[in-house]
Amino acid sequence: MVRIIAFLAGLVFVMALVVAMLIPRQPAVENTAHHFHVEPQEVAFASDGAFGRFDRQQLQRGFQVYKEVCAACHSLRHVAFRDLTELGFTAPEVKAIAKNWAIEVPSVNPDTGEPATRKAIPSDMFPSPYANEVAARAANNNALPPDLSLMTKAREGHAEYVHGLLTGYRKAPADLPAEARPGPGLYYNPVYANLNIAMPPPLVAEGQVSYADGTKPTVDQMAQDVSAFLIWTAEPKLENRKRTGVAVILFLLLATTLAYFAYQNIWADKKAKPLPQA
Amino acid sequence: MSFPWAAHYAPKSVFTQWIDERLPLPRLVYNAVGAGYPVPRNLNYFWNFGVLAGAALGLQIITGIILAMHYAANGAIAFDSVEHIMRDVNSGWLLRYAHANGASFFFIVVYMHIGRGLYYGSYKAPREMIWLLGVVIFLLMMATAFMGYVLPWGQMSFWGAQVITGFFSAIPLVGEPIREWLLGGYAPDNAALNRFFSLHYLLPFVIAGVIILHIWALHIPGSNNPTGVDVKGPQDTVPFHPYYTAKDGFGLGVFLIAFSLFVFFMPNALGHPDNYIPANPLSTPAHIVPEWYFLPFYAILKSFTVNFLWIPAKLWGVMAMFGSILLLFVLPWLDTSPVRSSNYRPLYKWFFFALIIDVLVLGWLGQAPAEEPYVRLSQFCAAYYFAHFLIILPIVSKIERPKPLPMSISASVLHGEAQESAPFGAGGVATVPARAS
Repeated sequence: MVRIIAFLAGLVFVMALVVAMLIPRQPAVENTAHHFHVEPQEVAFASDGAFGRFDRQQLQRGFQVYKEVCAACHSLRHVAFRDLTELGFTAPEVKAIAKNWAIEVPSVNPDTGEPATRKAIPSDMFPSPYANEVAARAANNNALPPDLSLMTKAREGHAEYVHGLLTGYRKAPADLPAEARPGPGLYYNPVYANLNIAMPPPLVAEGQVSYADGTKPTVDQMAQDVSAFLIWTAEPKLENRKRTGVAVILFLLLATTLAYFAYQNIWADKKAKPLPQA
Repeated sequence: MSFPWAAHYAPKSVFTQWIDERLPLPRLVYNAVGAGYPVPRNLNYFWNFGVLAGAALGLQIITGIILAMHYAANGAIAFDSVEHIMRDVNSGWLLRYAHANGASFFFIVVYMHIGRGLYYGSYKAPREMIWLLGVVIFLLMMATAFMGYVLPWGQMSFWGAQVITGFFSAIPLVGEPIREWLLGGYAPDNAALNRFFSLHYLLPFVIAGVIILHIWALHIPGSNNPTGVDVKGPQDTVPFHPYYTAKDGFGLGVFLIAFSLFVFFMPNALGHPDNYIPANPLSTPAHIVPEWYFLPFYAILKSFTVNFLWIPAKLWGVMAMFGSILLLFVLPWLDTSPVRSSNYRPLYKWFFFALIIDVLVLGWLGQAPAEEPYVRLSQFCAAYYFAHFLIILPIVSKIERPKPLPMSISASVLHGEAQESAPFGAGGVATVPARAS
């Protein structure tokens, strides 16, 4: 009885699928965005690989790019000023960075209770450039600049995508269909999934920031540096994780080897000795 | 335990004797996973995965309890509380990555465990109850994993909850009210997040309870083995401890190495980048995909694209998806072959491997976009899945002529398969060439 019911149920499911399989399909339409899309190029970061470490000089340069370029529109709300000590800044330097930050931190006037702002201190998170989403959209042609804290983990392609996007702005190709051309307030960037992005090209010219360590601030260099910085903001415990991982794997290899010999030792009297093959 | 030659617990000291007379817990452990449980001596490494699944559950419970101390189940701050764990809680990154990857590894070992049961016929008499309880555990795991994935309240959390609770709206007439009742609202929100957290904390302990029943049921007939032949005497078994505790210790080490490679070196490889974007009910992700361990079932859901027999495609998909798991409950009665191990089932063996490939391809198709050729291929693979269990398996069991079984476990271990008894359930089978095992 069970088998008869099962057979009939199976038959019905299979028939539903066979009917679906046989129904003719609309011919696939080639997706314009897909056709013109460009994959971000490969970039090597010091933090890559099992033994990867942050290049602190590069993180500081990347922070400078964030501060002087990105921070005008993008928040970094999961990162605090105090975290900058991990980039090699000293405590007084961090204090100065917080104090001189262009955007002040929302606060309350202690005398009147009215909303107010104050200078940032190291324990503050990086303040958002906009009071709220409406203000952000109003200032950006109705586009919302996303928070950058987790950007390198929140996109397919990770830091390479960020670098690719920052360096990916092009003139729209001549054969681009009209409906895929950038509208008003949009910019052609084939690394971006739908080709047209609301963010104006942020890194436009060599020397847009001047690095204190003498590194040549090409557009590609600035894009790499800020991408490396955003790897750190997304995963500040990366070095600790990889260092711990190497120790854990070494320990487990040793422990597992010992466990293997213990297993072999315990089973020594039970392992069959196969008869010689005829 | 049923084997008469099982070692008996004898308390050695006055203290253990005192305990044994009042609460014989050491005796229980001794009989369950100690020297008092005789196990077939010929188990291969596929028999490690039961213990590994238990270890994975333990790992999930420990890391989960600590994460719950820092997590806030509130739609406004859930996402930020997870980032707080990642950044400010001591070793919080380790706890969270271990928990997130632990779920994946729990499913990996459970899929291996289920696959072993399928290949070696561990679901057959007298072990049907073990199998049924196992399917219950699998269903509870899926519910727990789904609700856990919602908790970080990222984009995939939110839209996954939207899609999965949407299954219930496929039920005719009462579907939409049921969905709203489950969610506590018209869309996933604080009410849903809170109850998912509550249930996500509860269900692992329910799983642990059903595992106790699973092991209890296992100890009645004892473990199956790669030959599928019943234990005939003491020469066929070894005590669980120290023989299989030692082997499981080694297996656990290998498991932890693989697990650590993910936790420490590619912790987000099995996740989806969109879940690092906070939940936004106004912005639908380009592709909503579940976690990898649900992809084969998701592919089955998506493969029903036409209304058939006046039933809408969506309802077909939902019925098929739940049916694809529920049919495992009747598996012991669909497979009527008296031979357990597929080593001796020349025909079924090929269908088994076809099923494994089919499920792997379904998993790949689960994340593919809904366009050709993926849709037709997933329809073909889903059709094979149902045909395999509901149509092919009963027929194969009828027409197959199994290979001769070894006389006993010890015979197969000590003498290869040269000495053979008459095949169980099939007469007049041509002799197969002997080979050393």
